Amino acid sequence: MERTEIDTRIRSLIDPFNKKEIAITQETKFTDDLEFDSLTVMDFVAAIEDEFDIIISMNQQAEIETFGQLVDAVTKLQN
Amino acid sequence: MSNPTGQPDLFSKFDDVIALREGLLASGVEDPFSLVMERVISPTVAMCNGRETILLGTYNYMGMTFDPDVVAAGKYALDNFGSGTTGSRVLNGTYSGHKDVEAALREFYAMDHAMVFSTGYQANLGVISTIAGKGDYIVLDIDSHASIWDGCKLGDAEVVPFKHNDIEAMEKRLKRIPEGAGKLVILEGVYSMLGDVAPLKEMVRIAKENGAMVLVDEAHSMGFIGENGRGVVEDQGIIDDVDFIIGTFSKSVGTVGGFCVSNHPKFEILRLVCRPYVFTASLPPSVVATAATSIRKLMHAGNKRAHLWENSRTLHGGLKALGFQLGTDEPQSAIISVIMPDLERGAGMWEALLKEGLYVNLARPPATPANMTLLRCSLCAEHSAEQVQTIISMFERAGKTAGIL
Repeated sequence: MERTEIDTRIRSLIDPFNKKEIAITQETKFTDDLEFDSLTVMDFVAAIEDEFDIIISMNQQAEIETFGQLVDAVTKLQN
Repeated sequence: MSNPTGQPDLFSKFDDVIALREGLLASGVEDPFSLVMERVISPTVAMCNGRETILLGTYNYMGMTFDPDVVAAGKYALDNFGSGTTGSRVLNGTYSGHKDVEAALREFYAMDHAMVFSTGYQANLGVISTIAGKGDYIVLDIDSHASIWDGCKLGDAEVVPFKHNDIEAMEKRLKRIPEGAGKLVILEGVYSMLGDVAPLKEMVRIAKENGAMVLVDEAHSMGFIGENGRGVVEDQGIIDDVDFIIGTFSKSVGTVGGFCVSNHPKFEILRLVCRPYVFTASLPPSVVATAATSIRKLMHAGNKRAHLWENSRTLHGGLKALGFQLGTDEPQSAIISVIMPDLERGAGMWEALLKEGLYVNLARPPATPANMTLLRCSLCAEHSAEQVQTIISMFERAGKTAGIL
């Protein structure tokens, strides 16, 4: 799957968690900008894992701060 | 601040907690986290902050702390072996009492191996971090105890959590683990915050089908749940399918210490490679003597187990009838959790109960699931039926005082 398609799919997965309808850019941070708490992170990660049939371990999550980094990580895990 | 050079203060990361605590105390409430017990009268009654108080927030489920045989065993060991070992289990810290308490655990669980740690926290920390290493995967419930999470953090395995008690979420994650990787599934029998029991039968079956080893923490069920008090794994008929059971002496056993029991043929090597076992002093002789005596008595405590179930059902039914919101629809363990609307009113209710002469645990985030504030009640087999009725009326009065009911 191409990065652009993964980008689009993850954007639609963020929607239900993006309560304040923050505009998503590659630099958007999940904790600082979207204010995800640990429970939201778990639900959001589960949604991504199910969509792409992958595992993103907590060790890998620790390296992901921004939307762009998440898209890169999923692209890598996919291929 | 106390830092004239303008360098970052390492304590600034605690500012939110400091503010939360100051805000709570400014409301005039008695500090829920600084209670002192001046005198302990029995497993169920103590003098707390100058008041005679019924204890409903200890983990003394089986009421063994003042058992005459247990206390006598401790005194004998103190007189004959001294106050402490001053050494690691693998050097000078293994006395006959340490071997005996491990024998008592093997008898209690009918398992081949038992290894005793200085605390339950260290048992999880040590076993998990040692057996799940780099390249291995740990799949665990998101509501796992802090000691389990810290064990994951200390090791180098990939950590994959799933939604609390969600069988399907666990299975999906297990199936996605790369071929050939080592897998450890970590579950608890009773989750201590809400007092709910895990569907272990189904979860352990799926874990085994997917080639995982299974570790179950039975800290809150030992001595009470299952025909012989071996825990939820015994109650659900799958004790032979789990690879490791972790437990503690600081709950039903009534002292302090932790352990792991297992039938794994290579289990004993852990004594040499498990750092939280090696690099700490062993338990004092009096502690292992009280633990061994208590564990052997718990094997034959069927009547106490029955009475504790009765207490749990009565309290759960009574609080539900009063209109309190509880953590489980039915009583599932010796823990009955009362859900509070927020921390402020939870602390108010906690204080009103204390003034009535009742101690419960106030639990708050981050220890609680879903950011809940809970009043956690844990029952004891030594609570009399009358005490349980008294407790229910105290809840009724305090609930009205605090504006919860």
